[in-house]
Parts: sequence; C-alpha cells; structure tokens
Amino acid sequence: MTALLLADITSTDLMRTLVSGLALGCKYALVALGFVIVFKATGVINFAQASFVLVGGYITFNATNTWGLNFYLALVVAMLAGAVLGMLIEALILRKMIGEAPFTLVMVTIGILFILDNVVTAIWGPDPKNLGDPWTGVRMVGDVPVADKDIWTIAFTALVVAGFFAFFRYSTLGLAMRATAMDQEAAMAQGISARRVYRVSWAIAGLVAALAGAALSAGSVALHPGVGLIALVAFPAMILGGLDSPLGAVVGGIIIGLVQQLTSLYGPEYLEWFGNGFELVSPYLVMIVILLVRPYGLFGTKEVRRV
Amino acid sequence: MATTFADLTAVVRRRPSGGTPHRNLTLDHAQDLTLFRGPWRKLGLLLLVLAYLGAPAYFASSTLLTLTLCGVYAVGAIGLNLLTGYAGQVSLGHAFFFGVGGYATAYLGAEQGWPLLAYLPASALLGFVVGAVVGPFALRLRGNYLVIVTLGLVFLGEHLWKSWESVTGGGTGTSVKAAATTIGTWDFKDLTVYGVSYETEQSMFWLVWAIVAIVAVLAKNLVRSRAGRAMQAVRDRDLSAEVIGVNLARYKTGAFAWSSAFAALSGALYGLVTERLDPSIFNLFLSITFVAMIIIGGVGTVFGSVLGALLVMGGQRFISQNSDLVIFDPLIASSPTDSGWFSIGEFNNILFGLFIVLFLLFEPRGLAALWLRAKTWFLTWPFSY
Repeated sequence: MTALLLADITSTDLMRTLVSGLALGCKYALVALGFVIVFKATGVINFAQASFVLVGGYITFNATNTWGLNFYLALVVAMLAGAVLGMLIEALILRKMIGEAPFTLVMVTIGILFILDNVVTAIWGPDPKNLGDPWTGVRMVGDVPVADKDIWTIAFTALVVAGFFAFFRYSTLGLAMRATAMDQEAAMAQGISARRVYRVSWAIAGLVAALAGAALSAGSVALHPGVGLIALVAFPAMILGGLDSPLGAVVGGIIIGLVQQLTSLYGPEYLEWFGNGFELVSPYLVMIVILLVRPYGLFGTKEVRRV
Repeated sequence: MATTFADLTAVVRRRPSGGTPHRNLTLDHAQDLTLFRGPWRKLGLLLLVLAYLGAPAYFASSTLLTLTLCGVYAVGAIGLNLLTGYAGQVSLGHAFFFGVGGYATAYLGAEQGWPLLAYLPASALLGFVVGAVVGPFALRLRGNYLVIVTLGLVFLGEHLWKSWESVTGGGTGTSVKAAATTIGTWDFKDLTVYGVSYETEQSMFWLVWAIVAIVAVLAKNLVRSRAGRAMQAVRDRDLSAEVIGVNLARYKTGAFAWSSAFAALSGALYGLVTERLDPSIFNLFLSITFVAMIIIGGVGTVFGSVLGALLVMGGQRFISQNSDLVIFDPLIASSPTDSGWFSIGEFNNILFGLFIVLFLLFEPRGLAALWLRAKTWFLTWPFSY
C-alpha cells in the first residue's frame, strides 16, 4: 500500500480513491453480471444490455421526478420495467433468431442498442438530469470522506450479488438455468424448459441493468444519454473475469472500477503522456492486455475444441 | 482405357450440333470466373459506365455531393462486408480505421503536401498495417471477441484523436483543405477536360466513384480467389475449415487487415470531400451505421455493400434535407422550436437501427437477396418455384 503513495498523494486520497473505485466497480459488476447471465444461458453477446442500463436510469428519474414516487420505490419500478423490457426483447426478437450464426445475433443486439439509446434521447432529451436520489451526503469513515451514494451502491450490489448466487445455488429455477448453461440438450431431456430459462435470463439481465443504471446516474446532474456508453465499460470487466463466469463478472467489474479511479488519481501527474480523460478509456487498454496474457480471463472456462 | 476428367468435361463442353443452349449455362471454371458474363451483364456494365459519366451533367451539386458521400461510405462498407459477410467476423472498429485514414490524409496530404496518388495509398496502407497489428489480439479466441475488442478500439481511438493534438488538431479538429487533388494535369477540385471546366462536386463525384469501382473489383477478385474461398469456409464452419487446411489466424487477420485498409481509404476520401475532420465523427454510431449499410444492402455480396451505402447515406441525407415533408413533419423536429418527437439525427438512427433488426429478422441477406431472388425467378422460368 505504501508503495502507491507517491509524491503528494496522501493515504487519505488513496483510501478515498479505493472506496470510490470499489463503488464504481460495483456498478460495472452489475452490468457485467447481466451480460454474463445472458451469454451463459443463450450464447448471445448482448450489446443491448448497455441500453437497458440507460433505460433503467431514466425510468428511475421519471418515477421520482414525474410520478413523484419515493426513490426506493422508483428503484423497484425501474428494476421491474428493466425485467419486462428484457423479456419483451427476448420474446419479440431474440427467440425468433435461435440457431442463427453468432455474428447475426451480435448484430441484432447492436441494432437494438442503436434504437433504444436514440429512443431514450428522443423521449427525455439530451440534457443532463438530476436523478433525484437521496444519496447526496458525504460522511467520514475514520478520516476518509466517503460519499453516501458509494456506500449505498456497494450495499445494494452486495445484496443483489448475494441474492443472485443464492438463487442459482438453492432455487429450482436457478438449478435449471445452470443445467441449461452446461448442456442444453441434456437439460431439455430432463424436462427443463429452455424457453423459460431464456426468458428468465433476459429478465434478470434487465433487472440488474436497471439497478446499475440508477447507481451510475446517481449524484448531481449525472443522468445523460452518455451513461449508455459508460455502461459498455462492463465489456472489459467481462473479458477480465471470463465471459461465462458470474463470479468473474463481479471481480472483473471491481478491478476495472479500481483501475479507472486509480488512473484518474495518478493520471494528471504520472500518466500525463496519455492525455486528459485517460481514465475513461483505460479499461479498454486493460482488456487488450488481458486478452494477450490470459485470453479466457480470470475465471473463464478454457475452451476445449473437439473435431 | 482410363477416362480422364478432361474426357468427361469435353462431352459437356462440346455443344450439341442442333444449336447452342438457350441459356448461359456455366460450363467450365474459366467461365465461372468471368465477371461480366452474358449480354445482360455486359449491358448492365455499359449502363453503369454511362450513369457514371453522365450523372454529373444531370444532377444538381447538392445531389452530387450526397452521391459522392455515398461513394465514400461504399468503400468502407465493401471493406466491412469482406470481414463480416465473407469471413464471418463482426467489427465495430470501422469508425476507428475510418479515422486513421482521415487523419493520415490530413497529415500527409494537407500538412506534408504529398500528392494524391501518394497519400491515398499511404492512408490505406496505414489502415492495413494497424489492422494487421490489432487483429491477432482479437482473433486469439473463437467466437465474437473481435466485436468487443474493436468496440474498445473505437473508444481508445476517440481518446487518441482528442489528445494527439500535433497531428489531429485535438477536439477542434483539423482541416484537409490543403491536400492536393491532382492526378497528372487533372485537378479534381477544378477539373478541365478538353476545354470544358467542371465544378468541384462534379469532379469529386468522378474521382470517388472511380475509386469505388476499383475497390469493388479488388474486393470481388479477392473473394473469388483462394483467399476468398478460405474466408468463406472460416465463416461457415471454422473447425471444418481448419481441418481441411485453412490457416484460421492467417485468413481472419488478413480479412481484418483488408477491411481496415478499405475503411481507412474511405476515411481518407471523407476528409478529401468534406475538407474537415473532428473527433466527434469517429464514434460508435458511425461504426453501427456501417453495420447497417451491409445488413440492409446484403451481407456477403460486394454490390450489396454499395447498394447499402447508397440507401443508408442517401436516406439519411434525404431525410435531413426534407424533414419538413408531410410524411416526416409530425415525427421530426427540424429546429428546436419545431414540434415533433425526434431530432433529425435521432430519427435517422432509430430508422436505421430498426432496419438492422427487421432485415436480420425477415431478410437476413438484405436487398441484394431480393434482387438475386428476382433474377433466379426469371432465369429458371418456367420452372421457378
């Protein structure tokens, strides 16, 4: 730890950065979790996940500001809306494309991303908005100032991730989903409905994306159409963790969040050569390095090829 | 006596004494490779050449500019189609390579004063080299990792264009006005041929669409050669391709490099035509627009890419110039005070996003497939079913 204390960066600065990095990482972890669930269950690299995040953020905004709901209630509304959106897209589009080549599936989700992002901008306008979250304060933990929204984000993520792993571990449906991911044909032979598994995976993806959207746009005037692009940073997180590992998504997300906040802390002084705002793109650089060194990520399954 | 393959085909080759078959049947390999086979295709080629020569005299300057821009994007779309349509890899990095070519032209052409015939190939070559360097990172794994890595490339690229001020001019952009546009005695900004002088839009139309033709023939030759067949084998089933001896890494990287070279050339032409580059152009949405072009035009056909570019770019520019037309007016707010649901940009993006999804759902091989189906119907008449 002391090795990271360079020049005029104090241990308080560093602690503050680590906490905010952890919080940021939690948001990415949520988005990446959604990606991984859909990929594991259906084999689709779902670009539309990033627009689910955006839609989630804006529905939270709409529920608090326009409908005047309590913020936590609004969060629940947004998560449900996200789940419904996920299911709708699965039922209307992706189900019709089962069995198509992977690149067709990727392009369809890119098309959906394109539509949803622009529809959101058309409905709510391009100007940044206040989400209306009550997480505005800053409290001192020891002598480190920590933003309320960071604490809430970390708490919510921990809750969701715990619930998620419990669901997969203990519920029948979770077991069915794991079985389908492992071997779809064998699972279907046991009477598991692949259709139901697909639907639930998309619903979960929409649900966690909406929560991530609210968390990403919490704070003063932080909700804007660019949040959808920020959410794409979850891709490096996913690659880092391994495409098909939920645990990897969480760990990868947190690492990427920390990397991003640390680059923004050290950037101006030590990484000046990389230019302003380098922290926004540093995750992609990490991703390329990971692909070089460990292409299946930290927890991904190494692919076995059989002829 | 052993019957050789040549003996067998000789029977087919020899035309029956009663006359010639009433259709253009493909009888041997050389015939299969002919680009413009039969009178209809030759007629089509003639019409295309006439349209190419005559369009600048017929259309107004603003229409010509639109057509020229369509040509610019057609070059990039052909490149993307090589990669996606023929090699089966999806890339979102086209905006990045488009930028590479654009800034190469701005730097070499406008700042260093290279001639047209030097900086255009140099820009394309730079795209090729960058593509060949980046490709292997993404292609280490099976599946569609390329799409994720190239997504990163677009964001890294945007950052690079904003930060590398000495070459790109930073966030405010750079001018490409000073780039030379002469080949021999022809200046494509102010063309005079046999004493008749033409406007910039007319001259640029000829320049750009000549390059489109060259690129299209190049791409067509690539895909009907050994390399092209290898790429299609990779697309259809990479494992089987590898088993029959196709070097996966080589052909995937090769396809990526060629596609990047075309994207860079497209960017170079874009700089040349619009005379101004700023980093906000080279974003993710540009990449998705390229994807829309090849899906709407036709994945896996060269002429489909050109068709897609004409439709998407032509459509976008048509909508933005006619946003007050009756059918668009209730939907589009053409100015901040106008009523309507969408801004022009949003409307365009939503429309072409919808096209991507609908085409993939209902006509995955695009407009080109409609054309091919109609053609087959007539060719096989009266047994069309």
